[in-house]
Amino acid sequence: MASPADLRANRVGLQRFGLGFRLGQPAEIVERAREILIAEVRPGGVAQPSGVPFSGAAETGAALYAFEDQERVEREARRVAALPGQPVQVAAAPPAANQNQMAQPAKAPNQPALPYRTYRDEVMARTRLALDAETGFGERMVQFWSNHFCIGATKSNMTRIMAGAYEREAIRPHVFGRFEDMLVAAESHPAMLDFLDNRLSIGPGSPAGKRRGRGLNENLAREILELHTLGVSGGYAQADVTNLARIITGWTVVGREAVLGFPGSFAFNAGLHEPGPQPLLDKRYEQPGKAQGLAALGDLARHPATARFIALKLARAFVADEPPSAVVGRLESVFRETDGDLAAVSLALLQSNEAWSAPPTKIRTPQDFLLASCRALGRKPDFGQVVGPLTAMGQPFWQPGGPNGYPDSNDAWASAEGIKTRIDVAAGWGRQAAGSVPDPRALTEEILGPLASAETRAAVARAESKPQALALLLMSPEFQRR
Amino acid sequence: MSDADDDCERMTPSRRAVLGAAGALFAWSFVPKFAYAAAGARDPRFVLVVLRGALDGLSAVPPIGDPDYAGLREDIALTKDGADAALPLDGFFYLHPAMPNLARLYAAGQASIVHAAATGYRERSHFDGQDVLESGQGGPGKTESGWLNRLIANLPPGETVSRRGVLGVGVVPPLVVRGEAPILGWAPPRMPRAGADLMTRLSDLYGQRDPGLARALAQAIETEGIAARRGMSGEVRGGQGPDSAEGMKRIAEGAAGLVGADDGPRIAALAFEGWDTHANEGGAKGRLAQLLGGLDGALATFEQGLAPVWKDTVVMVVTEFGRTAKVNGTVGTDHGTGTVAFLVGGAVKGGRMIADWPGLKPEQLFEKRDLKPTTDIRAVAKGVVSELFGLSGPVLAEKVFPGSGGLAPIGGLVG
Repeated sequence: MASPADLRANRVGLQRFGLGFRLGQPAEIVERAREILIAEVRPGGVAQPSGVPFSGAAETGAALYAFEDQERVEREARRVAALPGQPVQVAAAPPAANQNQMAQPAKAPNQPALPYRTYRDEVMARTRLALDAETGFGERMVQFWSNHFCIGATKSNMTRIMAGAYEREAIRPHVFGRFEDMLVAAESHPAMLDFLDNRLSIGPGSPAGKRRGRGLNENLAREILELHTLGVSGGYAQADVTNLARIITGWTVVGREAVLGFPGSFAFNAGLHEPGPQPLLDKRYEQPGKAQGLAALGDLARHPATARFIALKLARAFVADEPPSAVVGRLESVFRETDGDLAAVSLALLQSNEAWSAPPTKIRTPQDFLLASCRALGRKPDFGQVVGPLTAMGQPFWQPGGPNGYPDSNDAWASAEGIKTRIDVAAGWGRQAAGSVPDPRALTEEILGPLASAETRAAVARAESKPQALALLLMSPEFQRR
Repeated sequence: MSDADDDCERMTPSRRAVLGAAGALFAWSFVPKFAYAAAGARDPRFVLVVLRGALDGLSAVPPIGDPDYAGLREDIALTKDGADAALPLDGFFYLHPAMPNLARLYAAGQASIVHAAATGYRERSHFDGQDVLESGQGGPGKTESGWLNRLIANLPPGETVSRRGVLGVGVVPPLVVRGEAPILGWAPPRMPRAGADLMTRLSDLYGQRDPGLARALAQAIETEGIAARRGMSGEVRGGQGPDSAEGMKRIAEGAAGLVGADDGPRIAALAFEGWDTHANEGGAKGRLAQLLGGLDGALATFEQGLAPVWKDTVVMVVTEFGRTAKVNGTVGTDHGTGTVAFLVGGAVKGGRMIADWPGLKPEQLFEKRDLKPTTDIRAVAKGVVSELFGLSGPVLAEKVFPGSGGLAPIGGLVG
């Protein structure tokens, strides 16, 4: 039997590393929190969401192209119909460019268009997984890496429709795998190649570059160095950005004509690739074609600056805005010694006593607040109940303001307007859940247990109504901070 | 000075033209002016608009008079003639055709445009660039507080400006307002508001258990009180974000409502997003044109919303850096250095281009790539706030913009 102090520490640990205590969860999880969290670190990745609309990015891309073709046909039909004196005609669909292309089902009335519908279904699949997770450590790691290698769903139809597929294909399989594998999977995913414009980038000396007079786009190369690997102070120069951009020319997305593969999938197009060896940092990359980029990414994944950058970012996300240096140092050395084995790095985090004993100072992010609240109240939200509050609080799924992802610090989320909006959201949840929760006082004991302060207990007990009591529980410092 | 003479000898015809047009404004280099008198004479308002993603200053304010402009910009170059002609400013610089309100305010002497401007940051990371712009520091890595917050913290206590705190618009407050001085928060409401009784109870609970949350909530309640007295609370709309014309307008409406209130904050900062135009940037029409149109609409919204105090208002529009002078391989532009800043408002001594134009020939570009910065944004900001709020030189140079003693505030920007 764990001591009261241990039970308290375990509650904090479940909030710090996981998604919070679930209504009706067995008490055993609090008694054995650390080993159950550790048991979620399974080589081979985390669970994949079920019930997603498309099995992968290639199917999604093909469906997107078919959708866009159909839209064009309908637009043209409307334009013709609007011309005076023209007989109304229904234009025939153009012949499919490729037999692999998936037939586009007709849009049901009052249904959002395909990219929005797909985004919605992917959001719900991901939410269900997070609500059902035992501790949620794996899902928290998915959030972390998905944000580290973020794409923005609002950039284009392609990123919107592929946002879920991107996380399922590039992030989830590698969360407890190798950093290098995740890096390559992310940088070669169609969603990333579209989000950071590399699908359009052309080597000036490549066959296409000479023919069309078009050239490089540095966007992806810059963010690989600045945000994904070395970090902004990791010791690279503008020339390295341009050189890496040359190295990864040709990493693109198969178009609707399906010349290089299945529409919407990744392709290396040698006709766009800048020929010849390229320098990067202190090395020269002689490899031909796609191998050049793979070699460069491999070296970036193993660079000491990358280990340092990732270690600090992980410790900040999970422990404190100013994390204990012992934790950062340990994560960094484990990352280096294991060549970026993310299972080992994750275990180092969970096994660090400093990471467990730090006081709970970090405010939950809006996404964590939503998931923890639904887990505590036993709620199964629909899409509107997920996207509405998250948009209001400033953190809808896969829609950060830029490629640096969402912030993860108290000054970003515990702001005046941030807290005010959070209270508005909590008040709404209290009203919605009041009918299904028997007694807010008992719920406070179950969810917070020994974390609940006398003041929070009193505030819940003295609330003027059940909805208000629930809002007070959700907004209590003990629920908000981890 | 022989260096200056050399510069003059090397001056291109275009640069000479600009200097002539700009008149005596270079006096600022030599005579830093501290307008203590102005502080008591008015009740000033200052709104900082940060454009996130690095605005292409060469498209927003195209130097069509520069012989190298059209060649660098290829398909996205703007022209002074034709159907979508750029709007004339001074015969050398033009304004993007999506900004008729700014052109009108410029003609009315209520807007000035600073060109070839940048912070002290010379790398090309958006996020470090924004940190430098907003922290007011000479370089990245010092993000404990922002310069607008320190500005308020260093005003004499009890002044209207310092008592009211600084307003950060948005759920996530911009760095420029963060720090020790009180921060008010506001964002366009997207949820029904919680009841006042819940607020009171949470204020009590936080007061006993969590000083950080208590402070944030107190500031939110204060802002809501001002908004309520201005008739702003109530309407909840979904709507578009800060990278759309509608979103920019709503944000500007709210900020104007609060900053225009008698008991409201005098200083506010907000951000518009989406200016990172790597591909298919567009010329007179297209993605950038839509954003510039949104910004132009927001400026008109400020003018209307702040009408009673517009004569005491400066709206300053800045971005973290510019974009490459040459169009890139995907008909967009990559991260560059020099760009533009706008000063708009009834308190602006306007109708002027402020530019020491460096030219666009390869050897005139920064690293043969970007518009070379010749005016430091901090010198512009220091000039505006010293004249608007009567801050003294040492405070500006040591507290608000640390280590900027060698950088004289530009005088005469505020009328």
